[in-house]
Amino acid sequence: MAAIAAGDKQNWKIAYQRRSILMKLGVTFLALIVLTIYIMPLLYGVVNSLKSPEQAADIRAPLIPSDPVNFVYQGEEYPVYEVPTDAGIQQYAMIDAGRRTSTMIDVANPDAGTFEWEGNWRSLNPVTTVAFHWENYPEAWETIDFLRLLTNTLVYALVTTAGTVFASSMVAYGFARFRFPFKNLLFLVLMSTIILPPAVTLVPTYAFFVRVLDWGGTWLPMIVPQMFGNAYNIFLLRQYFLTIPREMEEAAMVDGAGRIRTFTAVILPQAIPALTAVALFHFFFAWNDFFGPLIYLAGNRRANPITVGLTEFNGLYSQQPHLVLAAAIISMLLPLGIFFMAQRVFIQGIVITGVDK
Amino acid sequence: MDMLSEISSTRQSVGGRRTGRTKMSPLAWREARWGLFFISPWLIGFILFYVLPMIVSFGFSLFNFTLSNPEAASFIGLENWRRMLSDPETWQAMWITFRFAIVSFPIGMGLAFSLAVLLNSKSLLGRNVFRTLFYAPTMVPFIASILIWAQVLNPNTGWINRLLQSVGIQAVGTNGLRWMDDPNLILISYTFIGIWGIGNTVLIYLASLQGVPTELYEASTIDGAGWWRRLWNITIPLVTPVIFYNLITSLVGLLQYFIVPWVLNNGNGYPEGSTNFYMVHFYKQAFTYQNMGYGSSLAWLMFIVALGITLFLFGTARYWVYYAGESK
Repeated sequence: MAAIAAGDKQNWKIAYQRRSILMKLGVTFLALIVLTIYIMPLLYGVVNSLKSPEQAADIRAPLIPSDPVNFVYQGEEYPVYEVPTDAGIQQYAMIDAGRRTSTMIDVANPDAGTFEWEGNWRSLNPVTTVAFHWENYPEAWETIDFLRLLTNTLVYALVTTAGTVFASSMVAYGFARFRFPFKNLLFLVLMSTIILPPAVTLVPTYAFFVRVLDWGGTWLPMIVPQMFGNAYNIFLLRQYFLTIPREMEEAAMVDGAGRIRTFTAVILPQAIPALTAVALFHFFFAWNDFFGPLIYLAGNRRANPITVGLTEFNGLYSQQPHLVLAAAIISMLLPLGIFFMAQRVFIQGIVITGVDK
Repeated sequence: MDMLSEISSTRQSVGGRRTGRTKMSPLAWREARWGLFFISPWLIGFILFYVLPMIVSFGFSLFNFTLSNPEAASFIGLENWRRMLSDPETWQAMWITFRFAIVSFPIGMGLAFSLAVLLNSKSLLGRNVFRTLFYAPTMVPFIASILIWAQVLNPNTGWINRLLQSVGIQAVGTNGLRWMDDPNLILISYTFIGIWGIGNTVLIYLASLQGVPTELYEASTIDGAGWWRRLWNITIPLVTPVIFYNLITSLVGLLQYFIVPWVLNNGNGYPEGSTNFYMVHFYKQAFTYQNMGYGSSLAWLMFIVALGITLFLFGTARYWVYYAGESK
């Protein structure tokens, strides 16, 4: 009896393990399929950015970047087609296209000379060979003047990142450490600016910047307001500052450091992970900023950032989808690169803002 | 504690502390001065870029005021408001915006939640790799992802239609699925275009799923609850704060939906006016026609609607949002 029970237990254990392995394989396989579908457009973008202009717009083009194969006959190039014959599919080059019959030559046996082939050549599939058009990338880079767009975007992103990180950390420190009248009310007001539609302040701000200060066509209307901090960043930094023990500041104050010195020499170095997260958030925000540049830089194309430049490019070159895709892919390299290098800090930051426990 | 419960608890303490405040001691006053000094960047920015513009914007809405001809501005009282409220275009734009919210919000939330459950599964091998790869598209600059998705949705050369065609669905060609040209499909297409933006929501769901105490699952498993029961009775209630947070930020965010219709069609409403979102309408009035007065009244209407939605949702929160800290 005991032996049988032990055997049962053994079988049960094996069955359980087998089930859990199957479960693992099943779930992982499902995740792989979902992931493939989810990032499929990215793959599409890369593949189609490497096609020739004709192939990119051709409905019958193969999925992989390819070029039609030509056959040289008597010093001239002729397109090669797959032609069904009695002896299976043959590769014929078409010398002269006709409606009912076309002049062809057998690629495998050119010495036999040309002959008339009966049928509509439009029904034939062209023979293609895999060909990656890497030159689309330099072409897109040049045509869109990417270096200028990149410089504009980078300067804007870096300047405002520095400004907003400093201002936000000051404000966050104020809310995290000091008692002052109406503090909770002010914090509530600060947080509610997150759900305030920017449109409601936009019109007078625009009129003021463009008409009164004459800042139209410059980056100033986008840079200046960001020097005063932003609710998301302040919230994230405040949460972080609250976790820093007060003893460190008290020790610094005993040593004679003032409030500002304590803030810059004790608090900020302690908060490097949070500051990095905030800097990254802002950097990506600036990289994507579209509305501000669209309205304030109108009329000064030289000042355009990548977002607006890419949009204009898409409008002008909509007949050249391969170049549009190449430009789009160039524009994502830096953000994706930064993300893969700094993903840990970045992901923690999002979680703190969303569900900080 | 998340951002919203932080706000609501702040609000409670604002009401509660009024009685306790007495005259400040010199020391407390010194501290308060430093506190105000540190928050001064935001205070100044708030007054300059929020309070004043909001007041002026309301003022503008009472004027007939074109930026190209500011000298001719004249006070017209509530005429802009009357015109706005009686203009069918206003309500059309509002309706398109809300219809899009109704289509895209459930799809986005459902997908984000499902992905989070998948990425939280103990049976998933290589979880961290999957998490990184699922998040990566969120880092693709938005304009780039719009341009790529628009081509993937191309009726002839796009892979979506070619894929559907290969499984036997008539998708390619003039009688097929014309994603970007069919007014009945366009909102679905726009939802696809924005789908890579769910990465942050997935992460937030994931973090809250990880916060669900495992004892709850163990106890209910012993009680005989299956996977679906546990999902419905334990997981979903515990992530309602995330759903609530996303509901508010998404609805208010969608009121400002602008970039996609602008990048793809210059905001001309193609196809058949089905992409004349509220923000597009506002942009045209305020910036294309430079009509600052009418534009301001449209902006104020947007503000009132956003405020209404937020207050309404906060009002309903206590019936369906579960806060672990608030067991009464």
